[in-house]
Amino acid sequence: MSELVEERTQGGGWEDLASYGRVLAPGEVDVSHGAILYLEDITVSFDGFKALNRLSLDISAGELRCIIGPNGAGKTTMMDVITGKTRPDSGSAFFGQSLDLTRMTEAEIAHAGIGRKFQKPTVFENHTVFENLELALKCDKRVRPTLLARLNAAQREAIAEVLETIQLTDQAGRPAGLLSHGQKQWLEIGMLLIQEPKLLLLDEPVAGMTDAETDHTAELLLQLAGRHSVIVVEHDMDFVARIARKVTVLHEGSVLAEGDMAAIQNNERVIEVYLGR
Amino acid sequence: MTPFTRALVGLYTARRWAAIGALMALLLVAMPVAHLALPADHPLHLSAFWINLAGKIMCYAMVAIALDLIWGYTGILSLGHGLFFALGGYAHGMYLMRAIGRDGVYQSNLPDFMVFLDWKEYPWYWSFTEHWWYAMLLVVLVPGLLAFVFGYFAFRSRIKGVYFSIITQALTFAAMLLFFRNNLGFGGNNGFTDFKRVLGYTITAPETKTALFMITATALLAALLACRYIVTCKLGRVLAAIRDSESRLMFCGYNPLWFKLFVWTFSAVLCGIAGALYVPQVGIINPSEMSPANSIEAAIWVAVGGRGTLSGAILGAVAVNGAKSWFTNVFPEYWLYALGLVFILVTLFLPRGIVGLLGGRRPS
Amino acid sequence: MKLLAAVMLAWALLAPRFAAAALDAPTVNRLAAEDTDEKIQAIARIAESAEPQALAVLQALADDVLYVLADGRVAIFAGERMHDAATGVEITPVPESRDAIAINNRVRREINTAIAALKLTAPERAIRLASARELQNSAEPELLPLIKRALEKEADPEIRAILALTEASASLKSGDPAVRLAAVRTLAASDNPGVKLLLSTMLEKTGDGNFNEPDAKVRDEIRAALKEIDARLSKLESVGNLFYGLSLGSVLLLAALGLAITFGLMGIINMAHGELLMIGAYATYSVQQAFKAWLPAHVDWYLAAAVPSAFLAAAAIGMVLERSVIRWLYGRPLETLLATWGISLLLIQTVRTLYGAQNVEVANPGWMSGGIALAGGLVLPWNRIFIIVFAALVLALVWLMLNRTRLGLFVRAVTQNRAMADCLGVPTRRVDTLTFGVGSGIAGLGGVALSQIGNVGPELGQQYIVDSFMVVVLGGVGQLAGTIIAAIGLGEVNKFLEPYAGAVLAKIAVLVFIILFIQKRPQGLFALKGRSAEA
Repeated sequence: MSELVEERTQGGGWEDLASYGRVLAPGEVDVSHGAILYLEDITVSFDGFKALNRLSLDISAGELRCIIGPNGAGKTTMMDVITGKTRPDSGSAFFGQSLDLTRMTEAEIAHAGIGRKFQKPTVFENHTVFENLELALKCDKRVRPTLLARLNAAQREAIAEVLETIQLTDQAGRPAGLLSHGQKQWLEIGMLLIQEPKLLLLDEPVAGMTDAETDHTAELLLQLAGRHSVIVVEHDMDFVARIARKVTVLHEGSVLAEGDMAAIQNNERVIEVYLGR
Repeated sequence: MTPFTRALVGLYTARRWAAIGALMALLLVAMPVAHLALPADHPLHLSAFWINLAGKIMCYAMVAIALDLIWGYTGILSLGHGLFFALGGYAHGMYLMRAIGRDGVYQSNLPDFMVFLDWKEYPWYWSFTEHWWYAMLLVVLVPGLLAFVFGYFAFRSRIKGVYFSIITQALTFAAMLLFFRNNLGFGGNNGFTDFKRVLGYTITAPETKTALFMITATALLAALLACRYIVTCKLGRVLAAIRDSESRLMFCGYNPLWFKLFVWTFSAVLCGIAGALYVPQVGIINPSEMSPANSIEAAIWVAVGGRGTLSGAILGAVAVNGAKSWFTNVFPEYWLYALGLVFILVTLFLPRGIVGLLGGRRPS
Repeated sequence: MKLLAAVMLAWALLAPRFAAAALDAPTVNRLAAEDTDEKIQAIARIAESAEPQALAVLQALADDVLYVLADGRVAIFAGERMHDAATGVEITPVPESRDAIAINNRVRREINTAIAALKLTAPERAIRLASARELQNSAEPELLPLIKRALEKEADPEIRAILALTEASASLKSGDPAVRLAAVRTLAASDNPGVKLLLSTMLEKTGDGNFNEPDAKVRDEIRAALKEIDARLSKLESVGNLFYGLSLGSVLLLAALGLAITFGLMGIINMAHGELLMIGAYATYSVQQAFKAWLPAHVDWYLAAAVPSAFLAAAAIGMVLERSVIRWLYGRPLETLLATWGISLLLIQTVRTLYGAQNVEVANPGWMSGGIALAGGLVLPWNRIFIIVFAALVLALVWLMLNRTRLGLFVRAVTQNRAMADCLGVPTRRVDTLTFGVGSGIAGLGGVALSQIGNVGPELGQQYIVDSFMVVVLGGVGQLAGTIIAAIGLGEVNKFLEPYAGAVLAKIAVLVFIILFIQKRPQGLFALKGRSAEA
């Protein structure tokens, strides 16, 4: 218990420090220092169990980062903190230089430019592929503009472009419920892309995909890197090896190792954790 | 073509427009002529009974499309639409009561039930109700405001599914108990009745009745087109997305609260207008309109016709209410059996209603 | 009508005594006199005699079945047989020549007074009580001397209380303000709630705008008296409220307990739940009728058979519903809601066809009538006490069933993780049917209780469906303890609000409260914590 209190005080100190140095107003994402996401000393506990334990991590603009780790390492909780679904007990999370994620709602975070894809593909099954993208399209999403909305040429162009990227152009008129599993995953990535996010969070994007679909997804992600910052959480090591430039290993709520794939694969502690030696 | 007419024409295909046009010709020309112009012994003469019944059913059909908008398209089953219907009816009823003037049993300026309560003047909330336009304002505002406030609280705390249904049922139940009270000033048990005239026209005159019938038909068409616009525009796709996967929609950057609130309030207002049209045609409004049974029956109209298709909702209201008036004339004691069976069989075997049976397109 | 019934009762009780006592024959014969005054004199004399036969004669006169025979004798000729009025001896054969004795309204009034007086002094307590109760509602100042006399003689406290109240209320109708004033002062010392009602009606205005009590001084006195009584009664009232709140809470609990299982645990939204209550009540009625027909001697014990019958009837119907309709709709709550509403309509109409649309009469067994009388006219009726005890018993049974039986274990397993339970070999489908059956059976038990305190009619269930759902939602789904607290709490809140707001507004206030409450705690009072609550 006392440990927990201490943790809180420390975290509070960090947060205060952070608040002094930066303007905490929603607005443009400031990536002037090269990083798009900073997590500092994040702790989240559920009934005494620490899902995240003083986790610190930062992602550069345009980077494609893979995060791996055994079950219960805190990967999903980390995503929850970034998207505002879970509030950390202590620590700070900044999007760019100025946006304090711990003080924003889920919708605000989505608006600021963080898009998330869940493990299970969730698309609007009764809507066509085109309509799915139309719903996700970046535009004024309040009631009245929606009631009077008409797609303009630029928006049609944007949708067509994304359809091309995710290779679903010829499926545009089909209900999304009729797509294959892999196609649904791509559609969901497409729905994220069309919101023009600065940072994409992808939770196990190739789970349940055929080899061909996995290949295509890898291609797609590599294509995205540079234009967007991407965080991929994945179990499939082969897939990670194919796309990864930098890999972070989580274990028991904190960073165990970080580096390129080769370094990680030879890291003693990582082998221990994965093989249970 | 202005953008408005282009949007209007785009709502339906040419064939559908033709069908709608034919139907409106029947309702706005053929039926009034058959009723008013043809002599009573003419084989094509339409009696007042049929005009009255058709007018009533069209009011129900308006409720049905309002309910379909919120249930079929947005996935929120309201068991309280009878309340909004009744409130609209009461609002118009207030004007109709004042239009009785001194022709009541007690020949007072006040309605008979107020004389009976020994009231000397109208309570404050009856102010201005002698003006028809003000009553019309109430018809829209009262159900709308109630729906807005109630919906805001309910949707904000993310009450969903059957919980929302039960709460709306409790709401209409509470309102019914309230309106049963005599000292509320709405006539208690008996409600409002014995209307004499509307806007100066005798309310029982065939011409007035026919005019009301034609107004109802026009209002139904307007409601249908407005709902059709909503469900075919982008907002309609957002509503369906709320129904299918609300959390996904939130990640797309929409706040479902305001969309739900918009469609919920709009639906309530439509019900209020339907109620306001219903009262002068039926000649009575009382608290039993708010009974939970009425609201839930409206849900079955929509289910019978086919959820998520506006024409299905109208079809369902016509089919069920047509059957109801036939049964209550011929086999009154079997009507509840029939209705009960319809509830069970439609939910078990006809999830897409008559429209689905006829091979209509998949509801979206 | 009620008077007539009471008289018939008296008649039946007195009939065996005909031969035993006799009246003075000449006096009786004077009843046939032409002169009204002489008739009235004779009536007075007969009444004074206080013989049991006197009541029979006077009643016969009032009912126009008193005849004068050719020999001047007076006889009662009711039905096919004739009895001598004075002696009660049967006269056979019935003489052909006889004249009915006619009476005018003046005589009729005298007879009624005399009959009332006779009955107030009758030796049988039941007759005195019935007659005192009868007079309580229709006391006229003319009867005052008679009531006073009866009050002097009366020893029974219950009858004395009624008579005292009757005396005062009769005095209040007196034309003399002084008498009324005195009566008000006497009544101020009373702690009978009936007095309060009586006095407050005096302060109300009649249709033409005048007060019931014309004299302003008397009105002031009444107000003072009311204050005095109020102060004394308010304490008693809270005890009463507490009790009635508990009893209403028990009713709600019985209505909602079955729902706590079917909706709370299984997640089935059963709109026909109210009709299962109704089935239970009708099962009780049927058992009662069966006892009346075949075991009239043991009719007081019909409840013992009604409880299992109601449970089984409702459970059987519940299981049939689960197998035939509800099973196919699992996971589609809104469709279940509509289909079960349809079922409720079918059940209502079936009961209407079988038993008629009118309410049927379910009588409390003898041992349940009356109650524990506390000071100040506060009576805790036995039937209410029965409900509270019964609810506690049913609750205990449900708890035992869920926590101490194999079925309970299965139920909990299936509700927590259906797939896992399936894998472990729990017959989940049978468990579903049985659980739904138990929940429905408990609704049937609720129906037994409702039949003891209210009307039993086809619409019985509809009154409870909204309330029961509110209890379960407020209590928190899947929480037995929440259901109990919500039911009792709602009952108490309702009863304590009632005096201030009236029954209907109290109910509305509670509904509004629940709607607001759910804003704050959508999971109910006792929300499950952790991940499972989200699912």
